[in-house]
Amino acid sequence: MARVLLLVATRKGAWLFHDDPRRRAWRVDGPHFLGHVVHHLVLDPRDGRTLLAAAKTGHLGPTVFRSTTLGRTWTEAARPPAFAKGGEGARAVDHTFWLTPGPASEPGSWYAGTSPQGLFRSVDSGATWEPLSSVNDDPTLRRWMGTVQDGTPDGPKLHSILVDPRDPAHLYFGMSGGGFHETTDGGRTWTPLLDGMEVVEGFDPADPTFHDPHCVRLCPSNPDRLYQQNHCGIYRLDRPSREWVRIGRSMPRSVGDVGFTMVVHPRDADTACVLPMDGTSVWPRTSPGGRPAVYVTRNSGRSWRRLDAGLPRRQAWWTVKRQAMSCDARDPVGLYFGTTSGELWSSRDEGGRWSCLARHLPEIYAVEAAERA
Amino acid sequence: MARVRIPTPLRSYTGRAEVEAEGATLGALLSDLDRLYPGLRFRVVDEQERTRPHVRFFVNGEAVRDLGRPLSPDDVVFIVPALSGG
Repeated sequence: MARVLLLVATRKGAWLFHDDPRRRAWRVDGPHFLGHVVHHLVLDPRDGRTLLAAAKTGHLGPTVFRSTTLGRTWTEAARPPAFAKGGEGARAVDHTFWLTPGPASEPGSWYAGTSPQGLFRSVDSGATWEPLSSVNDDPTLRRWMGTVQDGTPDGPKLHSILVDPRDPAHLYFGMSGGGFHETTDGGRTWTPLLDGMEVVEGFDPADPTFHDPHCVRLCPSNPDRLYQQNHCGIYRLDRPSREWVRIGRSMPRSVGDVGFTMVVHPRDADTACVLPMDGTSVWPRTSPGGRPAVYVTRNSGRSWRRLDAGLPRRQAWWTVKRQAMSCDARDPVGLYFGTTSGELWSSRDEGGRWSCLARHLPEIYAVEAAERA
Repeated sequence: MARVRIPTPLRSYTGRAEVEAEGATLGALLSDLDRLYPGLRFRVVDEQERTRPHVRFFVNGEAVRDLGRPLSPDDVVFIVPALSGG
């Protein structure tokens, strides 16, 4: 049985949690890169041992670290993601935010999304990175991205880079802000996929500038189905349709359908989870009412069930960021999430019962459940 | 060869608090440092040749922003993460 490895990226470093076969005891390994802001730590599923970490510090610029020894040793990328040199106003990568391994048919290929919004590709397991000019320098996409000034306080981001497992030339990515985009020709041309998605009241939903997908997931068991947690609700898209359906309308009204993160079941494309947050007034981005809960749909969004057994019943004002919830592929599926208050929570039974796996970590930015070789 | 004082956040590259490097300008000196300690330059200067927002350079005690600032072999260069409170 494959062993689960939890990869926890935080504002102050990274930690690895190795499971026992029953996922009851976890061996902690860390901190790695103590003091580094680690936005994403991802294991290559194609070899089960190559780790990539997107890191920077409060003062130093961004880089990518690589390990082929599950974190025992690390090597820095020779050429981290960086925009093409330009003239006045040319952009610089502030941080690499998102890492996605390429398809199984292209070993060593990776994609990276950055802040400000940029898409990068590596074909040598993350040693060197090249900008995708079709995104980073395209005048229309650049207009939709806006400037850093237009972004959120910690910078506008390109994220949710999804690779169709059936077709390496078929990719998606999301931008906060800037919408959700698709290519079917390996990244030469991109088309927005916005129909059905709502925007903040008063703005034009036809303009990608106003769209803010927070987290988009592709179902491994049905790559034609995508789920999305957006700034303006929860959505599902069944290709070849181009029309997103707002499935968050069936969430309890008192909770709403705002959040950052979303997880899809590895074998059941009708099952997906969200972790709602308070998106009212000034957007506290905390658990609604201070009572955190995961909500699961098992019927592709027609209804949702609250999963909060074991979670705090009151005065828990967390946020769970867009990369900070993940699942393993075991049966039953293990669910994991990390909070802005540095707690790591897990469930061995698809959210039926939660337990706190670690406390007192720094603010958690990302959690990935991976399978070791 | 100019003497370069290395702040603690960059000593994972140099292994030492002070190193020597050469260059007719501050930018060239940073390139020489990168040759000696690969990866160091990008942590303090971005891809558009701008000093990163929270990094400062001092040459003989004088704050320098211009990477084209000429250097002499006996100059002392400090790389300093910006001080901040809180």
